[in-house]
Amino acid sequence: MRAGLTRFARNRMALFGAAVLLCLLVLVALTPVIYPDDPFKLVGPALQPPGARFWLGTDTLGRDVAAEIAYGARTSLIIGVGATLAAIIFGAAIGGLAGYYRGKTETALMRITEFFQTIPAFIFALLIVAILSPSVKSEIIAIAAVSWPSIARLVRGEFAALGGREFVQACAGLGASDTRIIFRHMLPNCASSIIAVGSLLIGTAILLEAGLAFLGLGDPNIMSWGLIISAGRAVLRSAWWICTFPGIAILLTVLGINLIGDGLNEALNPRLRER
Amino acid sequence: MNETVLQLEELTIALPPGADRANAVSDIDLTLRAGKVTCLIGESGSGKSLVARAILGLLPGPHVRIGSGRILFEGQDLAHAPQDKMRGIRGAKIGMIFQEPMTALNPLHTIGRQLDEVLRIHTSLGKAARRARVCEVIDSVHLPEPVRIIGSYPHQLSGGQRQRAMIAMALLLKPRLLIADEPTTALDVTTQAQILYLIRELQREHGTSVLFITHDFGVVADVADEVAVLRRGTLVERGTAAAVLGAPSHSYTRALIAAVPKLMPPAAQVANTQPFIVQARDVAKTYGGRGLFGGRRVTQALAGVTVELRRGETLGLVGESGSGKSTLARAITRLMPIDGGEIRLGGEDIAQFSRRQLRPIRKRVQMVFQDPYASLDPRQRIIDIIAEGPIIHGTPPAKAREEAQALLDLVGLDRSAARRFPHEFSGGQRQRIGIARALALHPEVLVADEPVSALDVSVQARVLTLLADIKARLHLSMLFVTHDLRVALQICDRIAVMKQGEVVEVAPTAEIFFNPQHSYTKALFAAVPGGNWQNRKAS
Repeated sequence: MRAGLTRFARNRMALFGAAVLLCLLVLVALTPVIYPDDPFKLVGPALQPPGARFWLGTDTLGRDVAAEIAYGARTSLIIGVGATLAAIIFGAAIGGLAGYYRGKTETALMRITEFFQTIPAFIFALLIVAILSPSVKSEIIAIAAVSWPSIARLVRGEFAALGGREFVQACAGLGASDTRIIFRHMLPNCASSIIAVGSLLIGTAILLEAGLAFLGLGDPNIMSWGLIISAGRAVLRSAWWICTFPGIAILLTVLGINLIGDGLNEALNPRLRER
Repeated sequence: MNETVLQLEELTIALPPGADRANAVSDIDLTLRAGKVTCLIGESGSGKSLVARAILGLLPGPHVRIGSGRILFEGQDLAHAPQDKMRGIRGAKIGMIFQEPMTALNPLHTIGRQLDEVLRIHTSLGKAARRARVCEVIDSVHLPEPVRIIGSYPHQLSGGQRQRAMIAMALLLKPRLLIADEPTTALDVTTQAQILYLIRELQREHGTSVLFITHDFGVVADVADEVAVLRRGTLVERGTAAAVLGAPSHSYTRALIAAVPKLMPPAAQVANTQPFIVQARDVAKTYGGRGLFGGRRVTQALAGVTVELRRGETLGLVGESGSGKSTLARAITRLMPIDGGEIRLGGEDIAQFSRRQLRPIRKRVQMVFQDPYASLDPRQRIIDIIAEGPIIHGTPPAKAREEAQALLDLVGLDRSAARRFPHEFSGGQRQRIGIARALALHPEVLVADEPVSALDVSVQARVLTLLADIKARLHLSMLFVTHDLRVALQICDRIAVMKQGEVVEVAPTAEIFFNPQHSYTKALFAAVPGGNWQNRKAS
């Protein structure tokens, strides 16, 4: 693991991604200090272009775009990380059970996984949010519900490969319980793959969240990047700044997270290193 | 004196910075002559395979490269030849045989097509002429039914047949030099003997020069005209086979030869009359079958096998791959369910025990695995690996770790090993860790599945001594699975010979050596590489 982090630090693109993410985290941490007011509060004239007072301009109702973006960052991160964690826990459980017990359990669980994979992700997420009524919680549930199959398939593959390894058999030969074998031996040995794939999932989750909010299925009481773009799209030609800045925020965040994911993948899975 | 085919002059192969040494091999001088087999022998990590790849221009660049020196072949220096020139030489003038024929052949093409392709690339022969040549060469490697072989895919052939097909491919263009990199290591002994004989025969017929890379002195004794001994990248000894094997001058060569297990039975011992501790009766096991749509191929791994192990005894299970010996070992340790039969441990039938019932049994029967690289959890510290068993069975962790420290002494490892991870150890050391883990539960029965077959001979000898010593000191009973008769003779009291899921012969070691009853046992003894050489030495 430590050698992996050293390799990660040598990857310049990954470091750039990490820097972007760090800036974002600092922004989220400082938001209540810089913008103590509610981001939905009307603070000035509508449609002010970027300038000295509102340096990212104001939107159609006179809200500060910079404040909106700062609060939106928090929403994006909460939903991105929350949905990914939920997807990893659920996916790893399903995939782990399938890969460890094989046989009929595996067939049944993997058919279910494949069933979920055949439904177009975004439409499925829309449907779930529509049913559950828009809120942060239902967005997390919806995004996790469309993200877990890839984790399940990954973990199943890793577990199936590890199950045949002699050290797992040796452990069974010592009389270890299934729980011990799974949590002490198999999960730690595929942790690096899960981390690498999971970090990429965060980026996808943020994109999905922005998409949902854009279509008006985000939590209406919480500021999010998708919501800003959605509100600004009608005046895209006259007030370009409303859509552009949150767009750039999404682009940078997702790019940064993907670069980190790639870096982790290369650093933690040494098989890919020799390229 | 035969003419020189290839000459290595002060060849040095550089490794990337940060490797365990600066050069994989340094200043190698070697002359390969027409009509001679030169064996390059060395232990793992000695750099012997890199020499072969350097000659073929196939070093895993850009980090591993030829540092200095020359490779002279037909007046050219291959060390500095451009890649397109090397392509004309590889295959056409220098043939190559690899260790694992399954990975060296393309699984999607028939043997005939792959042989034909070689001819198409390197010659301008017409279709009919190519076909004739392919048939001829397949016939010359004694593959049965050439027509069927030509139309077969690699997976349809046995390991020995695949290696013959590889040899056919290598000889197709009548190369002047044949490089064979451990060509028989992946094969069973009886197949190995046939392949060695074939290489010898073809090489005499065509006057080909052969560079034969191996780690096995028995194989060297069987095929070599000349021998070069490589030790950590330096050629320590070179000479005719008779000279190097008969009167080795370098201490390393002497040590290597001494470490080769002798084809000699142990001194006769008093028969063990202790009661049986393990009795496996009529054990049956089939693999495969019962697919979703039925009709999958079924393999009978164990067809009603009966073996009995007395208290304090070492019973050898000897057989070739597919004989069911490892399956039997896993059945007895209950790592694998069986389809029929009884497994009695001290009189109690444990064959149908549930997992809960098995837990106390696990303490009494422990296993040492074959592959020291795969049998230790890479993410656990050594101390935790050894202490895990006792902790599972309720020993307080602190006490279990204390005992694990003591076990490190017992298996001859330094106590500082405790805090380290498996990848920091060599194969032999890891196998010691595996033995310590098995001993941590104070078992009565130790099942060792090919515990030394992945190790170099010098390490092999030490691990075998350790096992024998521990077994005697702790009064263990041991079931020892191996494919190597020499190893079995060294350590076992009785030997059971297995073939295709059945035990064909069981007898005390000395008896089976002097008077093998079954024809298969006789064939196994006859196929031991270097058997004749060792008999001469012994007498």
